[in-house]
Amino acid sequence: MSRHETAVLGPRAGPRGDTLERLKIAVVGHVDHGKSTLVGRLFHDTNSLPEGKFEAIKEMCDRRGMPFEWAFLMDAFQAERDQGVTIDTAQIWFHTARRDYVIIDAPGHSEFLKNMITGAAKAEAALLVIDAHEGVRAQSRRHGYLLNLLGIEQVCVVVNKMDAVDYGQARFRAVEDEIGAYLGDIGIVPSAVVPVSARAGDNVALPSARMSWYRGPTMTEALDGFSVPPSPVALPLRMPVQDVYKFDNRRIIAGRIETGRLKRGDRLVFSPSNKSAHVATIEVWNARADEACAGQSIGITLDEQLFVERGELASHAEALPVETNVFRAKIFWLAHEALKAGNRYKLKLATSETPVEVQSVDWVINPETLERIKGETVERHGFAELVLRTRSLLALDDHKNNPRTGRFVLVDGYDIAGGGVISMEGYPDQRALVTVKSTNVSSVAHRVTVETRARHNQHQGGVLWFTGLSGAGKSTIALELEQRLFRKGYQVYVLDGDNLRVGLNANLGFSPEDRAENIRRVGEVAALFAEAGFVVITAFISPYRSDRDRARAAAERQGSGNFHEVYVSASLEVCEKRDPKGLYRKARAGKIDQFTGISAPYEAPEAPELTLPTDALSLEECVEAAIDYLERHFRSG
Amino acid sequence: MRHTQEPVGSKGDGSSAPPDVLDALEAESVYILREAFNRLDKLAMLWSVGKDSNVLLWLTRKAFFGHVPFPVIHIDTSYKIPEMIVFRDRLVKEWGLDLIIGRNEAALAAGMNHKKGRVVCCTALKTEALKQVIGEHGFTGVIAGIRRDEEGTRAKERVFSPRGEKAEWNFRDQPPEFWDQYKTDFPPGTHLRVHPLLHWTELDVWRYIRREAIPVVELYFAKRGQRYRSLGCLPCTGTIKSKAADLDGIIRELESTLVSERSGRAQDREAEDAFERLRADGYM
Repeated sequence: MSRHETAVLGPRAGPRGDTLERLKIAVVGHVDHGKSTLVGRLFHDTNSLPEGKFEAIKEMCDRRGMPFEWAFLMDAFQAERDQGVTIDTAQIWFHTARRDYVIIDAPGHSEFLKNMITGAAKAEAALLVIDAHEGVRAQSRRHGYLLNLLGIEQVCVVVNKMDAVDYGQARFRAVEDEIGAYLGDIGIVPSAVVPVSARAGDNVALPSARMSWYRGPTMTEALDGFSVPPSPVALPLRMPVQDVYKFDNRRIIAGRIETGRLKRGDRLVFSPSNKSAHVATIEVWNARADEACAGQSIGITLDEQLFVERGELASHAEALPVETNVFRAKIFWLAHEALKAGNRYKLKLATSETPVEVQSVDWVINPETLERIKGETVERHGFAELVLRTRSLLALDDHKNNPRTGRFVLVDGYDIAGGGVISMEGYPDQRALVTVKSTNVSSVAHRVTVETRARHNQHQGGVLWFTGLSGAGKSTIALELEQRLFRKGYQVYVLDGDNLRVGLNANLGFSPEDRAENIRRVGEVAALFAEAGFVVITAFISPYRSDRDRARAAAERQGSGNFHEVYVSASLEVCEKRDPKGLYRKARAGKIDQFTGISAPYEAPEAPELTLPTDALSLEECVEAAIDYLERHFRSG
Repeated sequence: MRHTQEPVGSKGDGSSAPPDVLDALEAESVYILREAFNRLDKLAMLWSVGKDSNVLLWLTRKAFFGHVPFPVIHIDTSYKIPEMIVFRDRLVKEWGLDLIIGRNEAALAAGMNHKKGRVVCCTALKTEALKQVIGEHGFTGVIAGIRRDEEGTRAKERVFSPRGEKAEWNFRDQPPEFWDQYKTDFPPGTHLRVHPLLHWTELDVWRYIRREAIPVVELYFAKRGQRYRSLGCLPCTGTIKSKAADLDGIIRELESTLVSERSGRAQDREAEDAFERLRADGYM
């Protein structure tokens, strides 16, 4: 073979048929800790190098006047060889007696983090390589943190360059303790911590005679100790619609089953459109199928002609995905341009694409110290917790329930700029709120019109929707206002939280879904009062924009359409100091879960019709301002 | 041609088993092909008539239920091994393919051949011919059957790999690609190369050909102790010593060989970085 040969080796799996096992391993860690060298040594010691490869690498090194460099096996670019740094991720195949492996080499230089993620995201297990002499460094931690975000649970730590520390046990234990503590904090328990010298070949494939104090597995044995993660067939069915084909007069819905399984005859619900039909056939070219499961790219036909589009998520009715237009996310950011609250991106989740706005940056995370810092912007290679908002409803899952439909990427312009995993903590599933169960309903027309009532009352009906933190002064202002308006001859009524929870909403608890339903009912009742000619003042924290928007929509649907969002604003510090019901104290003591402002979000109005800053104005001034506003907007003629 | 009649994922006893390695490779390729077809307006597939692009065509028919819903491009250098052209024309007829033949006629008229330098010749008759076809038809997506295990720079490729206005590959700054979210947005005047077989190995390809009974050119099978392991132009493609006269023989041979696949391809060996430079210029 030519000395210039640059081919990468294919697997020589032995005559084991087509159904052998294959595991994808990422090799990650700080720059110059010897990842590429380790792969080269692994190939050499397992006799996996292509013929002539060793000689070819030697030639390349001689030409550059440098000692033999194992990294040249995978560093194929001239720039990588000339600069001695891995730029992009590469894959190479080898096998042990146990199974086939795909080894994914990931660059350790911080500049090439996007390439590291590209490689590592494909893996099912990882080797985290740490230099025994240098110890745990910035990218050791960052890569560990990313493995966790990418959902890689099997990790083996390789403490490399033991030759540089005279194969000393004490130094090994120190590194083992340091990385063990860090990984423990992010929830990773390494399957093994192996002392290795890639350059000298200790404990890579062959046990080392120079480290008799070590009793654990060699690195190759540690690889064989990993298991191939089972296909996620046990999770609920999720099949994102990838495309709809009209071949041969059949309407075929194409998609890959991400989790679960489906059978012919199953009733499927497509979210977020909520259309539903039965599977008539499972289409496979040249074959028949009665069922299909996770991992398969299939096509189905339905027993009804539904208009279903790419991006919808098919599932069974018994285990539906969440529907929401707002969710929390833990993200990593890769673009040069920083991410800021208010920025808009394209969100790609499974096969759906949706415009999305960063509603808030809650925490910026330092992956090295795991500190959470208040911040507004996320710089390149940063990590953060955000709240994202889309205009329309999206079908998704909390990442902890279903990783495959609980993660997304953000696209800025032409480029993927970051990725993240979803948490619905504190946010309700909005499906129940938008599901219409009653059909064959038609509204009757009143003979007393809205206009007649307004003339009779000498003012219009409408809703003053108060929103603000607990303790901001909503109820105090509302009750004072009610009394003053009544004296002025207004038909006026206050809807207040506890009063409704005693009756109409007695069957609702305090879960995010129940809270959302509580507000939905208040919105509907307020709309009815408004149509009856009343000025309705509602006094609820109503922390979510989606809920308030729905209340506005209810008022518009009922015909009056007269809806005014009033932001009763006071800083969290002020509210907490007032603490009229002692709730903040209980929340701080951990006695109340999901308390708005402390452990649950408050989404301030973006464009309220009226703001009453109770930390700047007195009660009297606030009430005056409200009456003034009302007289201008509710008086007929 | 053998057709699989087994129900998908079923072992006949009503319970379904997890997909094996070939099933998983196939499902991923089908997913990639369907993404390309949905996201890219002007799509075509490169078809070298070799084993890999035949597998690619087969997977396309699986993805689209027997159809090949885009044209296939054969870059004809005029130096291809004659059996390949016969085989190509047969499959075009049998599978009803929309074939586009790309030839750099100007370079051929000027007498281009490998004696002017293998890399020079490859650039003119393959890379340039391909650029001409892409420009002429305005393709925004070109599917190619390259694999990571073939060669070091291909090992670093993306599934959706952007090419610049001159079809150049900016390998120093490739886009991130994870969670099966591919780069599908790109400025006008540029295009994407799509690589649905990137994650397959040579052995996977042969095992799949055997399982699915996919037709391949006879040149791969040993005659008089020689066979082609990789197919290209007659002057630059060598045979290897082999006794593998059928699919089982080839698979057995590959299970034990330490010789790399492109060892018979002369253009790779003009210099250490010959292939890198070819690919950076827009070679497949």
